[in-house]
Amino acid sequence: MITELGHFALVLAFLVACVQAVVPLVGAHRRWPGWMAFAEPAANMQFLLTALSFAALTYAFVTSDFSLRLVVLNSHSAKPLLYKITGVWGNHEGSMLLWVLIVTLFGAFAAWFGGNLPPTLKARVLAVQGMVGAAFFAFILFTSNPFLRMAVPPFDGQDLNPLLQDPGLAFHPPFLYLGYVGLSMTFSFAVAALIEGRIDAAWGRWVRPYTLAAWIFLTIGIGLGSWWAYYELGWGGFWFWDPVENASFMPWLIAAALLHSAIVVEKRESLKSWTVLLAIIAFGFSMIGAFITRSGVITSVHAFASDPERGMFLLLILAVFMLGALTLFAARANAMQAKGVFSLVSRESALVVNNLLLGVAAFVVFVGTIWPLVSEMFFDRKLSVGAPFFNMAFTPFMVVLGLLLPLGAMLPWKRGNIARVATSLRYAFVLALAIGALAWAMQSGRSALGPVGLFLGAWLVSGAAVDLWSRTGRSGNRLARLGRLPRADWGKAVAHAGLGVTMAGVAGLMAWETEDIRVLQVGESLELSGYELTLMDVQRIDGPNYDATQGIVKLAQDGREIATLYPEKRFYPVAKMPTTEAAIDIGFWRDVYVVVGDPQDNGGWAVRTYYKPLANWIWGGAILMALGGALSLSDRRYRVAAGAKKTRPVEGVPAE
Amino acid sequence: MLRALALALVLGMALLAQMSGEARAVQPDEVLDDPALEERARDISSGLRCLVCRNESIDDSNAELARDLRLLVRERLVAGDSDEEVVEFVVDRYGEYVLLQPRATGSNLVLWLAGPIMLLLGGAIGWSYMRRRGRASETPAQALSEAEAERLREIMKE
Repeated sequence: MITELGHFALVLAFLVACVQAVVPLVGAHRRWPGWMAFAEPAANMQFLLTALSFAALTYAFVTSDFSLRLVVLNSHSAKPLLYKITGVWGNHEGSMLLWVLIVTLFGAFAAWFGGNLPPTLKARVLAVQGMVGAAFFAFILFTSNPFLRMAVPPFDGQDLNPLLQDPGLAFHPPFLYLGYVGLSMTFSFAVAALIEGRIDAAWGRWVRPYTLAAWIFLTIGIGLGSWWAYYELGWGGFWFWDPVENASFMPWLIAAALLHSAIVVEKRESLKSWTVLLAIIAFGFSMIGAFITRSGVITSVHAFASDPERGMFLLLILAVFMLGALTLFAARANAMQAKGVFSLVSRESALVVNNLLLGVAAFVVFVGTIWPLVSEMFFDRKLSVGAPFFNMAFTPFMVVLGLLLPLGAMLPWKRGNIARVATSLRYAFVLALAIGALAWAMQSGRSALGPVGLFLGAWLVSGAAVDLWSRTGRSGNRLARLGRLPRADWGKAVAHAGLGVTMAGVAGLMAWETEDIRVLQVGESLELSGYELTLMDVQRIDGPNYDATQGIVKLAQDGREIATLYPEKRFYPVAKMPTTEAAIDIGFWRDVYVVVGDPQDNGGWAVRTYYKPLANWIWGGAILMALGGALSLSDRRYRVAAGAKKTRPVEGVPAE
Repeated sequence: MLRALALALVLGMALLAQMSGEARAVQPDEVLDDPALEERARDISSGLRCLVCRNESIDDSNAELARDLRLLVRERLVAGDSDEEVVEFVVDRYGEYVLLQPRATGSNLVLWLAGPIMLLLGGAIGWSYMRRRGRASETPAQALSEAEAERLREIMKE
């Protein structure tokens, strides 16, 4: 009954989305207030219906309703409740439902907080968002319906892939979708503005919070996924340049470019057509991501059971939206004349360079991702493009970006003086150089990767600090003024420093990791980068829906015991899958990572241990980036803009 | 990271057995006694694709075939082959599909040059745009239009 209600609500939501896609658009064109006003209740209705539908599916999962095909395939009555819930989106159909739920959530959000938007623009934004929703509702209903019943319900389900039964991965998809779909909002704003034929600073201000939010969510989602891969897959890799990962990385890069170029639109009314184009491309990459993960065309011919029907449908959605938006762009681009003027050395120019580097980097990832497909189709060469290519082709852009960032971030708008900026950054540069040189001296005969990474990290962090400090004026109580700086300033500094921390972490881990693979008898020890690890015992334990072999490993340094680690090897009988649970001693400077493997014929155990320097900096930097974004998002001018009618006591804010 | 998610999304459960989360990869009995040789072996194997897996190198993979290839690489190294000769040996048998870093020859030049060319192209466009904005800045500023004046008043009110 509840399932049928959910199904029905989904169909209704589809119909509402269809109407929402048309009526407000006509209304805005004819200036009919009633028709335009229809958008708001429609967006709310769409969200409520989709939420209802999602709740119905969740209910089916929680109560283990094995008359539903999806529940049978992805759940089991013995599974912990948390994973019954997260199992809702641990599969194709359910995750698409989550996707549209977020599409409608963003639509409703624009309806709730879009009070200060001109009515025609608001109507058009919601109409475009309705189109996006309608397309994906149709995709779900016609190709991936989650509400299909079983003719003969089985006694129990087939369980969720054990790899997904993990908190890190459980919340990774929702964040990622919030990011992907958040970009649908900027897309809607871009298309609406093109229809409207008008883009000004106000547009930049409206579109930026959505871009920023999408980028924050993508950062968190990618970070969670990478962290999960690090501790769960069993050898501590954090990024594999897999097509599916690239699918999330490309929108992240483009969103990063977009949120910077939107600043130029907002503050200087330049780069308008470029920003609109980026907004369109960003959502295009989101949809390409959906296509890559769900069609299986690009990934590999070996492991993916591709579904041509779904792939074609997604490709069709992608083509219609991209061709439509780009045609509109071509027709209207010349209506967007830049107003602001700036000299060659200025913040504007620096942001153009930022966009160039991020855009080309995303393009490199894109070409590398689709190249195996292109090469096989057009050149009859079957080949692979993997991590070594991306490391070589992508990294230089990030190095240049890191080098230029502190300089560009401190240049003033309109006209700057590079010598003056360089002077104020000289100590930061010397400090960074010293740290890099120290790293170079301490390592012997290894690649330059580690020192360069540490140099860039230190340069970005200290550059961000100098930038912040320089905003506190020349004299007086600068420390007190530091606390009163606008949150956007803090956000910028924190996010840029976060990028530096991540860069240092990636380089440090890749350059200085050590590992040891050997057979240990119980009671034996091994030494790894100054640590002594002893295999104390190996025991069997029972989990709720798995059995495990657990090793007990004592970690000591200089004869002093630091920690006891419990690496596990689990077996999930229902899914018939083994998993590895690494045990990690987490530290600021390094992780010690232990994995227990198979029993050996001579009674010992295969033990793999890794010393991973700066590993946590990778995710620490991601957290800082997300935090910086959040600070910027909470800046008072957005809150003021949201409730412009209310007068607030105006505090002194330094001019920007 | 996303590979497992994607698998769950798109794969039938039956295929999941292929990529289990069990870390086996390089086994203790495979490791060569000579650390220098072993390091070369690891370097080479991280650049070779496991043919039956998704985008995984034989260094990371648990598949039986990956193990065979790892042993093959070590065998050739012990026999005295140079790194290039080992890679050549594997490519001769399995085709260039095993290379995770495609060779910059023939049509692959497009792949390798796509980034630099795009950078030059984008750089040229960006440069000319910045020049134009720069030159525009030297012409006298125009007075505010009515709409701009209105907008300015709005901003000042805020």
